[in-house]
Amino acid sequence: MKGRDVISILDFERRELEQLFELTDEIRRSPRAFSEELKGYIMATAFFEPSTRTRLSFQTAMLRLGGSYIDLGELERSSVAKGENFADTIRMLDSYADVIVVRHRLEGAARYAGEIAAAPVINAGDGRKNHPTQAMLDLYAVRTLQGGIDGLVYGVLGDLRFGRAAASFILALSLFKPSKIYLVSPPLLRARPEVLEVLKARGVDFEEVDSLEKVVGELDVLYVTRVQKERFPDPAEYEKVKGSYLVSSSTLRQAKENLIVLHPLPRVDELGFDLDSTRHAKYFEQAALGVPVRMALLKLVLKG
Amino acid sequence: MIGMHAEESLLVRKIREGTVIDHIPAGRALDVLKILGLTGEEGYTIAIVMNVPSGKLGKKDIVKVEGRFLSPEEVNEIALIAPTATINIVRDYAVTLKRRVEVPAVIEGLLRCPNPSCITNSPREPLKPRFELLSRMPLRFRCSYCGDELSERDIAKQLAG
Repeated sequence: MKGRDVISILDFERRELEQLFELTDEIRRSPRAFSEELKGYIMATAFFEPSTRTRLSFQTAMLRLGGSYIDLGELERSSVAKGENFADTIRMLDSYADVIVVRHRLEGAARYAGEIAAAPVINAGDGRKNHPTQAMLDLYAVRTLQGGIDGLVYGVLGDLRFGRAAASFILALSLFKPSKIYLVSPPLLRARPEVLEVLKARGVDFEEVDSLEKVVGELDVLYVTRVQKERFPDPAEYEKVKGSYLVSSSTLRQAKENLIVLHPLPRVDELGFDLDSTRHAKYFEQAALGVPVRMALLKLVLKG
Repeated sequence: MIGMHAEESLLVRKIREGTVIDHIPAGRALDVLKILGLTGEEGYTIAIVMNVPSGKLGKKDIVKVEGRFLSPEEVNEIALIAPTATINIVRDYAVTLKRRVEVPAVIEGLLRCPNPSCITNSPREPLKPRFELLSRMPLRFRCSYCGDELSERDIAKQLAG
């Protein structure tokens, strides 16, 4: 993986993700052994869209590997506010840093950055499309918490059309052998055709359903994302469906003992606080795994 | 005229020098003229035959332009809206060269991405939109940057619109 851009989860093969996960295991087992791994390396973080978890977990990962980082900072205080374009900003960061982590509202921005920069570029989210490192940590969370990724029944719930975390997670699963994926969303927010095409081409068994209730009893993993009000042209439509996509401890009454609930966070109201104390709630553990997974990725991209 | 039906020859006379674009999907002849920038005011003798029977296509259109030859770029563009077309170069009433148009594997610069949130639509970035061929029938391309699809309809709308 040395020198590779990380733009879409589909740029990776299963074998490469397994290598990433094995290194993540190793880092979690003996973090001190890696504390000087990237000494002398500099990572640039350029977030043209707000982020808390992704930015901080990348920065923490770099610091834990003994490297350092520079950050583009608030856009209002950077040259972007003076009207500097994206290409020039990336060129500048490329001359300062060994790896560039970028998030942008426009789709394809990370791929474009990868063409401009000699340093590897890691996509930390572009528009509605890709969030490959979130998908990596989500898969790793399943692998860690369920003992494996293959053969499980998945439910992916919420905004599957515009949500990049959900779309990336679904695409990531297509690299493995899930027993079945239920895509649970209002009809308006179904997964995009190109995502479904990938599932079909790879022979993944999936089904689109409107409601969690009917399928919750079958699930081993429930991946929750938010159905956003602003996606609905008619607010009344939203009011009608919103209850079906809020997950609480009562929603999970029929759930299997071993069901784990994941969420890319931040949550608003789609995950009830009453869920936090149940055995199913694994989203905070999932978020914590973001640091070691990104440590492993930075190590592989910078040193192989 | 290879493969022309008798009734067509009655409709349109042979040309002496120029280009015959045959096997255009029915109804696209005017779009082909638009791509070539032919409005009729250039003075070329142009014949357009539409919706004639075709063994291969069911129905087809034909465009004949006297005294005009095509550049490779124009041939590529025709391929995008009339992928079945054949180009016949006529000299002294005889077809001297006949070839199929070929849909390019990559198109750069010519078309815009239909996704308004694609980086290629950002006016201040110095990059050319680029698309990779997904399928010939129906014609589908994918934006190399955002991954959105460019359909046959999008292409026709942009090139002939």
